[in-house]
Amino acid sequence: MKDPTVCEEGHNLKQQKAPRQRMPEQDHHQRIKNFSEVPQGYTPELARLEASRCLQCKKPLCRAGCPVGIDIPAFIKLIAEGDYVGSARKLKEYNSLPAVCGRVCPQEDQCEKVCIVAKKFTSVAVGNLERFAADYERTNGAVSIPELPEPSGYKVAVVGSGPAGLSAAGELVKKGHEVVIFEALHKAGGVLVYGIPEFRLPKAIVESEIEYLKKLGVKIELNSVIGKMETVDELLGNGFDAVFVATGAGLPLFMGIPGENFCGVYSANEYLTRVNLMKAYDNGHVTPILKRKRIAVIGGGNVAMDAARTALRMGTEEVYIVYRRSRTEMPARIEEAKHGEEEGLRFHLLTNPVRILGDEKGWVKALECTKMELGEPDASGRRRPVPVPNSEFLLDVDCVIIAIGTSAHPLIPMTTPGVKVNPKGNIIADEKNGQTTQEGVFAGGDIVTGAATVILAMGAGKQSAQAIDEYVRKKRPARTSAHR
Amino acid sequence: MFKIVAKEKLSDVIYRTVVEAPKIARKRKAGQFVVVKIDEQGERIPLTISDADPEAGTISIVFQTVGYTTKQLSTLKVGDHILDIAGPMGHPTPVKNYGTVVSIGGGLGTALGRPITEALYKAGNHVIAIISARNKSLVMFEEEMRKISHELLIATDDGSAGFHGFPTQLLQKLIDEGRKIDLVVCVGPVPLMAAVSKVTKPYGLKTIVSLNPIMVDATGMCGACRVTVGGVTRFGCVDGPEFDGHQVDYDELMKRLKTYTEREQEMNQRFAGQFQEVKR
Repeated sequence: MKDPTVCEEGHNLKQQKAPRQRMPEQDHHQRIKNFSEVPQGYTPELARLEASRCLQCKKPLCRAGCPVGIDIPAFIKLIAEGDYVGSARKLKEYNSLPAVCGRVCPQEDQCEKVCIVAKKFTSVAVGNLERFAADYERTNGAVSIPELPEPSGYKVAVVGSGPAGLSAAGELVKKGHEVVIFEALHKAGGVLVYGIPEFRLPKAIVESEIEYLKKLGVKIELNSVIGKMETVDELLGNGFDAVFVATGAGLPLFMGIPGENFCGVYSANEYLTRVNLMKAYDNGHVTPILKRKRIAVIGGGNVAMDAARTALRMGTEEVYIVYRRSRTEMPARIEEAKHGEEEGLRFHLLTNPVRILGDEKGWVKALECTKMELGEPDASGRRRPVPVPNSEFLLDVDCVIIAIGTSAHPLIPMTTPGVKVNPKGNIIADEKNGQTTQEGVFAGGDIVTGAATVILAMGAGKQSAQAIDEYVRKKRPARTSAHR
Repeated sequence: MFKIVAKEKLSDVIYRTVVEAPKIARKRKAGQFVVVKIDEQGERIPLTISDADPEAGTISIVFQTVGYTTKQLSTLKVGDHILDIAGPMGHPTPVKNYGTVVSIGGGLGTALGRPITEALYKAGNHVIAIISARNKSLVMFEEEMRKISHELLIATDDGSAGFHGFPTQLLQKLIDEGRKIDLVVCVGPVPLMAAVSKVTKPYGLKTIVSLNPIMVDATGMCGACRVTVGGVTRFGCVDGPEFDGHQVDYDELMKRLKTYTEREQEMNQRFAGQFQEVKR
């Protein structure tokens, strides 16, 4: 009979001595009073101990589980050997934003899910280690500028400075191209700055990644709404050899239930933008935000958790998560829901909002909900929630935040006739190289896939950069620098 | 950074500021707006582009000091910089030769609607402009409007200039006289746009209004600017700012515009006096 403690590669799982190292966290009583990061990071000692748990598999499943195929055993081995900077550089061969991905990647569904160690114990904390190496490199001033090739003479425009745009820009500039990122907002970073809260991803990290790209030579034009100020076709006509569209899935969806336009109803995007991008939590900033007593956040994803936990930090007395399925189906990362629960979020599961009630002045005064139960599985494979008859009840809230998802930003498709979209409004692009229906125009990230993860968007940016490099070099002979 | 190259005080509370913004100046069309964020701590507010000079690379903004940001903006001098300006946002006015157009502006709305009137005038329409204000001293842009209209009518609430009454009464009079009107455009306070739409609706007279809901990013990302038009939720920033006046839920718009009144009062108190030092 096969010994269950010996894996396919012959590692003896009994040899595991150290348990998975927990990352120290800010106490939940304290942290709901501030916007500082919740997990505090590994010390070098903890990191080495955790790294020593990796079995260094010959055929690492974790690597196959990573959307960008990071050589996970290699970077972990370097940590175990104490070469933290070397580890960070190994990570950056595959992933230009490891400090970001170490924090926001859903590792439990990717690399860590398939980790062999998890068969017997808990998986190696790949995400925590990734974060450690990247933070070590950054905070110790060890970030180095790689040697760049001679200028190629080609010029590429990147529309949008979120994860897809940043990763494409980084790859393109390293191939010697002149890269200009056009960002519609006044700050670069896309969802990393307007969406993900400070306590989950400190903005200083995003800023330092952007500074790094600038040092590599990437130009960033802020306040530049492509499609309005200049179209994609105009960029192509004005000296750009190719355009990479990475405008994301930024349009908030509403439920279409009565009362959604009462004062005190926010999209999660608006609530988070006011707090994260516009810093409404700081009284020195001008942007206003409503401070209400009881807030219902509708939705069960990471954005719902972000909005709800932000609302707690804004001093809201009661914050409810209202989600129509059960905890098992909740798309939010387990860690986020757990953190939220520790902080005092209250979950109304199997609960579907049907109507928002308002007062005569047009302000939210309650949320009417129906209890749900799970029926047969639907197209997503999850059991379909069906209303329980006569189960309506009122939730006493004075603010509602809707976090049920976002859809593709329509501005580029609307203003670029050559670029075709699917019925959902996502740009049609080749899965492997991002080529759209228009020559010279590539696209990647959420604008192509619909709302997904940071790592997938970065992967798409990287793949498209490769394809763009091949495209521009084939399109015309390189200009010498004398012609530029 | 966007440099202020000219500034003019048009009334006690209304200013015109001209800013270097070459790319926006080249692209902008009548009916569009920009988003302005004055400094690092500033909020993003939408302001109508009231004119542009593509050659000089400048746009002008006419604004009224109502909240913190417009008050702060009014203190900036020639040579000062605005940190962020993005645009041109929103759909341009659908300009064509409709025939006869009545263009109604209320208060500041006259200045904001001026580029629309100008574009319709240049497109060959017969333009009847109605400008209105509470009293004579608040009547704006009379000379400018005269240049871009075939007939100019003035209405003041107190009768100190032109017709004693509301612009809607002048509009009703034109309709009663049997004037052939093909389009009505109204830019002004929400109650005026609502009243004008109410007058024209029974006659099925096409009416365009330019809405001013609260916005944050103004690129379609936040939905703060939700307005109900024809029973459907639209975004003022990307679907507008102009809508069919007969379809707009003005009551909801009025209520939503008051979302941050408390905070505005708090800001006004906190910063009372801060902006008084700067004159000009």
